[in-house]
Amino acid sequence: MIQSVRMAIKSISGNKMRAFLTMLGIIIGVMALVILVSLVSGATGNVTDTIARLGSDQITVRISDNKGAPVTIGDLSAWMEEETFGRIAPVASESVMAKYGTETGTMTVYGTTAPYKDIQKLSVLVGRFLKTADEENVSFVCVVNETAATELVGYADCLGEDIHLNGQRFRVVGVLKDDDTSLTSVFRSGSMVAYIPHAALVRLSASVTREITSFYVSAAADGTVDAAKERLTEILKERFDQDEDAFTVSSQNALESAMSSVTSILAVLLGGIAAISLVVGGIGIMNIMLVTVTERTREIGIRKAIGASRGMILTQFLVEAVVICMLGCALGILGSWGVLRLITTVVSGLSISFQMSGGVVLIAVLFCFFIGIVFGLYPANKAARMAPIDALHYGG
Amino acid sequence: MIVLKDVCKTYQVGDEIVRALDHASLTVEDGEFVSIIGPSGSGKSTMMNIIGCLDTADSGAYLLDDIPIEDYSENELAQIRSRKIGFVFQSFNLIPQLTAAENVELPLIYQRVRRAERHRRVSEALERVQLTGRMHHLPSELSGGQQQRVAIARAIAAHPSLILADEPTGNLDSHTGRDIMDIFHELHEGGNTIVLITHDDSVARQAQRSIHILDGRVREVAP
Repeated sequence: MIQSVRMAIKSISGNKMRAFLTMLGIIIGVMALVILVSLVSGATGNVTDTIARLGSDQITVRISDNKGAPVTIGDLSAWMEEETFGRIAPVASESVMAKYGTETGTMTVYGTTAPYKDIQKLSVLVGRFLKTADEENVSFVCVVNETAATELVGYADCLGEDIHLNGQRFRVVGVLKDDDTSLTSVFRSGSMVAYIPHAALVRLSASVTREITSFYVSAAADGTVDAAKERLTEILKERFDQDEDAFTVSSQNALESAMSSVTSILAVLLGGIAAISLVVGGIGIMNIMLVTVTERTREIGIRKAIGASRGMILTQFLVEAVVICMLGCALGILGSWGVLRLITTVVSGLSISFQMSGGVVLIAVLFCFFIGIVFGLYPANKAARMAPIDALHYGG
Repeated sequence: MIVLKDVCKTYQVGDEIVRALDHASLTVEDGEFVSIIGPSGSGKSTMMNIIGCLDTADSGAYLLDDIPIEDYSENELAQIRSRKIGFVFQSFNLIPQLTAAENVELPLIYQRVRRAERHRRVSEALERVQLTGRMHHLPSELSGGQQQRVAIARAIAAHPSLILADEPTGNLDSHTGRDIMDIFHELHEGGNTIVLITHDDSVARQAQRSIHILDGRVREVAP
């Protein structure tokens, strides 16, 4: 076997240019496979990181049937004492008509409390967010997002201005930054949004009552989301007569896993396309091997005359095809490593790192080996089946 | 020992059926140096192919060292060639990518001889043809005579019971041809059985025995 590999390397190195051109198909195929899959997994890693940073420790609770035991702000404060939970904030929303001077517009108003800012990772541009005192005093104050400030009031730094929401006057005490550090601010950056104390929304809206139907909970620390979810479910089941259908508890982990399933489908898809190019490369190898077999008919004759059996000739040409494939594979992996390094350097601003994953390299190597065998078999068999006298007298 | 009895071989060339061998019989004892002579188209190549186990006869019997060679599969014939026959061709037929030593080693690889033993036998064979100094040269770096000597070394390295030479001096000038014939004489004196196929009378006469072949029929002539 070692002998066959040495022989194969010898005959490949006898015609380097052709060998390289033959390998080119495999090189390109391997590079396509490794680079595409690595890019996808690199980008996936980046996106899931971003999602995680945007607040995967946030748990959303919706109550559909309170069984005569409505949750109140007081309950939320009591649960916040538990050590599995970080912060808890109620949320209710209402679409209202906002008015400032002669400017009017539709605005989404969220009624909530102070912890909301930390759970949603909102950042304040000027002023402050809602305070616990605002809730207790039922203050008619609001915190608006940048879009609302610039579109309704006309300028971002609009602290102290009074705006009317459904005719009720609210004082702007803070403006939130529209940035990409929080999913919430990303999603809401295109529309006008205001945050007011939950109690104020109860007064403002006919549909929102003191009974809380929806609230956000953050986990005490990273990685404890599942524990927090479990504890929350336990508390709520106890409260609502063990009826799991009375409420839903969800987290952004679900979003993350949906995202990763999408990207793994993408990786398989792109990998599949790249694999097709590898197969095309394999066909190229078969072509050249067929030419080689014809060219070396005389050599095959000599080898058979001095005692090579069919199997030995078959092995020789098969090994040659596989060696070409594996060399091409090695060059392709080397090349894709270089390209990935280059891409990482070029897009270093995005702070995405495109690592070559061991898994895809292994797949590439195995696939190349397989292709070498499959596409080498036919030419090798053709060589092995040559009759020694015909081969010996071929071309001379 | 080679025994051919009533061997026939016909080929179809187009519509014509060619009788390459017509009831040919022949016996070569161990240690003999026999030449087979005939003009081109006489059937001597067919004779060589059959003796060399590259081809099988249509009818008749061929015994090589008392083994009947008939109806063997290709692989079995390959094994017999590998162990019993050393070929020397007119056009040398060395493998151009391999060095002299590697060419000599090749039949031993096919016989699955161990590495150390292979190396010993390669240097021994090259020594016998006085090419030790050239063992790492490629065939293209050697003269015709040297290439033929490598081919002879390749034939004897496997210790065959028969050395089958097909016009070994045909591509060489007369001086080099004489050198090559000297090697065959040495091998003969060393106990090897040699069958030499040629159309050259002066070469054929150097053998102990000459066998004429014409239109597929064999006739023995006195030396």
